[in-house]
Amino acid sequence: MKVSIIKYNSGNVQSVLFALERIGINAIITNNVDELKTSDKIIFPGVGEASSAMSYLKENGLDNVILNLKQPVLGICLGMQLMCNYSEEGKINCLGIFDNQIKLFPSNNAIKVPQIGWNTIYDLKTNLYTGFKEDEYMYFVHSYYAEIGKSTVAKTTHGLEYSSSLQKDNFYGVQFHPEKSGTLGQALIENFIKL
Amino acid sequence: MLTKRIIPCLDIKDGRTVKGINFENIKDAGDPVELAIEYAKQGADELVFLDITATNEKRKTLSELVTRIAKHINIPFTVGGGISSVEDVSILLNAGADKISVNTSAVKNPQLIKELANRFGSQCVVLAIDTKFEDNNWFVYLNGGRIKTELKTLDWAKQAVELGAGEILLTSMNNDGTKNGFAIDITKQISEAVNVPIIASGGAGTMEHFKDIFQKGKADAALAASVFHYKEIAIPKLKSYLKLNTINIRL
Repeated sequence: MKVSIIKYNSGNVQSVLFALERIGINAIITNNVDELKTSDKIIFPGVGEASSAMSYLKENGLDNVILNLKQPVLGICLGMQLMCNYSEEGKINCLGIFDNQIKLFPSNNAIKVPQIGWNTIYDLKTNLYTGFKEDEYMYFVHSYYAEIGKSTVAKTTHGLEYSSSLQKDNFYGVQFHPEKSGTLGQALIENFIKL
Repeated sequence: MLTKRIIPCLDIKDGRTVKGINFENIKDAGDPVELAIEYAKQGADELVFLDITATNEKRKTLSELVTRIAKHINIPFTVGGGISSVEDVSILLNAGADKISVNTSAVKNPQLIKELANRFGSQCVVLAIDTKFEDNNWFVYLNGGRIKTELKTLDWAKQAVELGAGEILLTSMNNDGTKNGFAIDITKQISEAVNVPIIASGGAGTMEHFKDIFQKGKADAALAASVFHYKEIAIPKLKSYLKLNTINIRL
């Protein structure tokens, strides 16, 4: 099993690497096209700012590489958001794999932004959630969210209901951080590796 | 719904966990990684490591410790203590930290908050404030509570959030180490004045103190050290108690 983590100018790649190590997988961190193409599973992580991340992907030709991947790809947090159509963060067009827009949580007294902490995921679909019960807790850290759409495979509520997970063909995305979500997060990573 | 968070804090000196009272009388309290693993197992929602080492070797030993922690625990953690530059933050985030906290350096150079937020995103920039109530007002203190400033805590919190701080870790020096409860009034004032999450710190002694800081103090998270270190309050029991008291908690 060859698992690659896409290397680009986003933080927290190390945590994903360690999470994979904990389930016995030695992943590589790479932006090499051949390495990515020959991987069995690919993780597209991300913590950071959308427009600078998107510029980096384009400058390095990684946008087309990602679009043409045929193996299972898991976008995490910003990684998932970059796989959507458009992001309000920096007002940029993203990869367009998922037909969802990324918006800023409304600033009002009802909720805190960024959302930081553990929240539930529900209306679970796809085999990424095999063995999961509804309303399990996952760890979230984000100010922008994906709207509900036809690719939505898990929902979460923070002031409003949004997509906490997306899926289309071989592309999967999670807004939360499975690498930081305790044993259930680990179970999700294992499910992805088994796809 | 988003839950309230319980955050054990580990003060680190030369790679070991230590605990003092009112910022003084430092005692050894064990290996940080072992404690971190134990807390994660017990259901801690997050961890904070505050490094109080003051040696030249600090940066290297801290980043090595951060990597060791990140390898072993599967919940988020924040690292703080003496962080003063974009480079410091870059090293710690690359070592595996999820968030970093800045304190003295941000007061001395508020633009640092902006630089960090632009470079790494607000979500990983925690502003730590040590505050003390004196002459009818809450003031910001620096250097681990040793230096008083004329800055009012509420003003500083608002300014820092405008600059891009994604979270505020508020420690009341009047309450810290007393076990008489958290500082409810200033926590509530700040929580209502800014839109980012507030972590209340200092003064936890009983489970009721946690209930009060969430319900009366409007805190989003509560941080404590000694009550967890010395096993005076067990995290699972605390969380069940809070849940029984209708506080939204992850069990």
